[in-house]
Amino acid sequence: MLYLYDGSLDVPTILKEWYEQEADSNYGAYIPFVGTVRSEDNIEGLSFDIYEPILRSWFEAWQQRIRAKGAVIKMAHSRGDVMLHESSYIAAVFSPKRRVALEFIDEFVEDFKASAPIWKYDLKNGKRIYALDRSTAIKGSGLLS
Amino acid sequence: MVRVEFLGPIEKKPLELDISNLNELAEILQKDKEMQVWLENSAVAVNDTLVSSRDVALKEGDRVVLLPPVCGG
Repeated sequence: MLYLYDGSLDVPTILKEWYEQEADSNYGAYIPFVGTVRSEDNIEGLSFDIYEPILRSWFEAWQQRIRAKGAVIKMAHSRGDVMLHESSYIAAVFSPKRRVALEFIDEFVEDFKASAPIWKYDLKNGKRIYALDRSTAIKGSGLLS
Repeated sequence: MVRVEFLGPIEKKPLELDISNLNELAEILQKDKEMQVWLENSAVAVNDTLVSSRDVALKEGDRVVLLPPVCGG
């Protein structure tokens, strides 16, 4: 499942909800990744734009791939502003045995960084500045240049 | 008409263009100096499916979006 929220994520609530959703599903492993906004370069926080249609199809492809291994993927992400020490991103894999979840969470988060249609901005002095130097061009970019 | 939208940080209003393929779109956008950098680093989707070739026919009502470099999380 994919969950999008306006503003920061309520980490304890989301992790608890996901735990409860799968409590009786007979998974041996629940491996979450929680991304937190760190203080660096004098930022006040981060802000995010999301293009939902392609994010959903990208996630659906991952969901099918992970389901084929008998596992489940869940992801939550913020829209808009998220301030220092708050969370903007949670992903978690549930699997019968730990190895599948450990490997998928690594691969999923890396592909998320490179492919998910989400744009990050630094919040500095009340301005929203696109984080181009930390962004990755989606595979196949430059088609119209 | 084909609607062309620019996502995320590309500050450009949507266009409604009378075009029949992505080569025609490339020609039009290449004339816009402010788009030069974005054309180099943006991916393209037609009707919300990413495409890897300009050999895509466009028809009335199609939607093209340009996706600049991403950074979720």
